[in-house]
Amino acid sequence: MEQIKTDLMTINMGPQHPSTHGVLRLELKTDGEIVDSCRPYLGYLHRCFEKHCESLDYLKIVPFTDRMDYLAAMNNNWAFALAVEKMMGIEVPEKCEYLRVIVSELNRIASHIIAFGTFGLDIGAFTPFLLAFNQRELIFDLLEEASGARMLYNYIWVGGVARDVTSEWLKKVKGFCESYKPVINEIDDLLSYNKIFVSRAANVGIVPKDLAIDYGFTGPNLRGSGIEFDLRKDEPYSIYDKFDFDVPIGSGEEGTLGDCWDRYMCRIRETRESIKIIEQALEGISLEGDIYEAVPKNFNKMPKGEVYVRSETPRGEMGIYIVSEGGKAPTPYRCKVRSPAFCALSILEKIAKGVMISDIIVILGSIDIVLGEVDR
Amino acid sequence: MDNIFLWIAITLGAMVGLVSVVGIVSIYLERKISAFMQDRLGPMEVGFGSLVNAIAGKEVLREGRIGLAQSLADGLKLLQKEDIIPDGADKFLFKLAPMIVFAGTFSTFAALPLAEYFIPADVNIGLFYILAISSFGVSGILMAGWSSNNKWGLLGSLRSTAQMVSYEIPVGVSLVSIVMLTGTLSMKGIVVAQEGWFWNWHLFGAVGHHGLIGFVLLPMMVINFIAYFIGSLAETNRAPFDIPEAESELVAGYHTEYTGMRFAIFFLAEYGAIFVGNAIAVALFLGGWYSGIPAIDQANIPGIAPLVFILKTFVLIFVVMWIRWTLPRLRVDQLMTLCWKYLIPFTLFTFFSVAIYKVFIV
Repeated sequence: MEQIKTDLMTINMGPQHPSTHGVLRLELKTDGEIVDSCRPYLGYLHRCFEKHCESLDYLKIVPFTDRMDYLAAMNNNWAFALAVEKMMGIEVPEKCEYLRVIVSELNRIASHIIAFGTFGLDIGAFTPFLLAFNQRELIFDLLEEASGARMLYNYIWVGGVARDVTSEWLKKVKGFCESYKPVINEIDDLLSYNKIFVSRAANVGIVPKDLAIDYGFTGPNLRGSGIEFDLRKDEPYSIYDKFDFDVPIGSGEEGTLGDCWDRYMCRIRETRESIKIIEQALEGISLEGDIYEAVPKNFNKMPKGEVYVRSETPRGEMGIYIVSEGGKAPTPYRCKVRSPAFCALSILEKIAKGVMISDIIVILGSIDIVLGEVDR
Repeated sequence: MDNIFLWIAITLGAMVGLVSVVGIVSIYLERKISAFMQDRLGPMEVGFGSLVNAIAGKEVLREGRIGLAQSLADGLKLLQKEDIIPDGADKFLFKLAPMIVFAGTFSTFAALPLAEYFIPADVNIGLFYILAISSFGVSGILMAGWSSNNKWGLLGSLRSTAQMVSYEIPVGVSLVSIVMLTGTLSMKGIVVAQEGWFWNWHLFGAVGHHGLIGFVLLPMMVINFIAYFIGSLAETNRAPFDIPEAESELVAGYHTEYTGMRFAIFFLAEYGAIFVGNAIAVALFLGGWYSGIPAIDQANIPGIAPLVFILKTFVLIFVVMWIRWTLPRLRVDQLMTLCWKYLIPFTLFTFFSVAIYKVFIV
């Protein structure tokens, strides 16, 4: 039968749209419900983060990193702190390392809760989202107690952390770990293996291994495509080599390897691994010692040169590249962030052809972008 | 003549009251039930006292404990909103659309058999009338999407039309089986056929008509009921079939551009349609105004019939809400697959089974 050719309809999805996870604009060309091409337009949340850094002291840049990936501020703080510490050769006290691991993994769970909660929401499941958000609220209470802020913490400083914690706080973290485990099982029952959910998420937005590598996928997106690569395991920074945890990868158990369901499931499983890490860290930590011991008074000792450090944030591999010229009261000559969500977003154009409008939302939700980090 | 006009006025008044009350109560229930399922509180602040104070311009105290007047207060708020009509809109159709959608729902209330003595219009083709009029609303939805000059609205209305037209078939066929059994299209006649104990309900076969042999039809009728229930969910655009207004995909679907009272009318019509859809299920499958136990029927307790009917309907509405807050949404092609590949063959199968039963067994 001869195909009837119709004109394509151009639809702007965003920047004001409930499911573009912020201010992303997608230009969709559709033939009815079938998407012919999808072009993301960025920059609606561009705040010149990297340029601002060039006129700021290294310690003052830390609050700016909060505002990049605002859902995982701790991990961003840490990525930047790692870069400066490497440059200056600072040894961080062990207590601070443990604290960093605990708060970052807590923040990773909070970030993944947003990821799979809103993914469910994109598919139309409202209840799991709110059940998960109850847990996120508990995490925020804990992080607020530790750092004083609920979302933008400015907690992990170069050389240490901003505030000390008490042993009661550690007990509360332990309590959270216990309360989280049944909830994630409940989410599995309610959402992960729900037949409608599986039929919506499986076999949609398939990213094979080679494509994932070509487009610079990292983090849960890459692992969802079946590649076992986690910087915490493969290139351990800080004290991650002390912990015993698994790296969950997608297996295509409900559909094809690398589909949206695999990426979603990777995040669900990763939160369980994070709980494992936190529990081990709670056992290993000792509260003696000064947290400010290694925090530099000033950055006059900053050498001339450049550094690139990568670390594993909830969205993937965040790289911080700093060029320093040294000198008195130094500021970075250039600061560049390799943003995992930005790279992941680039695949949309490639895999969007031929899917339905509803699937675009699902794919976008499954690669878990945060526009603050994409645009910086 | 006077009497006729009086009768029309009373009936219309009662119907308007019923539709509004049903809409407002359903919206309130939806909020409370969803809150209960999602570990939230739902509306807590607005009681009737605080609402009266707010209207009178007095100081508003926190009087409400369970937010009983929340839907009323929302209605009042929507009344005061600016009525915005987009520049590029087809103004006539834009204004007409909510009226048609509401009229489609409102008119169906005329033939709902709330009790033997309370059917506003007991026409002999009651069921046919309800099915015909309720599908009439879809043209209003199509108008709304087309006239608002919004691509999301257009997509939403196209989805809605495709969905409603498809799901008419399983709904219609599943109801035709009942009509074959009872031999009448009158809503009253269909309900009266299920008098007595609950096993006389059509859900359990045709016991009320032909005695014990009627149990042969039990599986058929259960399939019919499930098919009808799924179909009515889809026809009223409820989750998991709420793709026409899928808020995560199409912003708000066909009513994206509507504000204020026009939006409220769509909203009210939606809840009215849910009531009608489930009321038909109650009347045709679940014994209508009969409680299922002869001791507590109209004959013994006067005035209980409408209460029984409304209670049964709200139990079904609760199930509808339960489904909505539990399940994710289907994709548009999966929705069509469900209808054409599963529901229609199943209902056709039951249709022929009932026909064979009717011709060869009894």
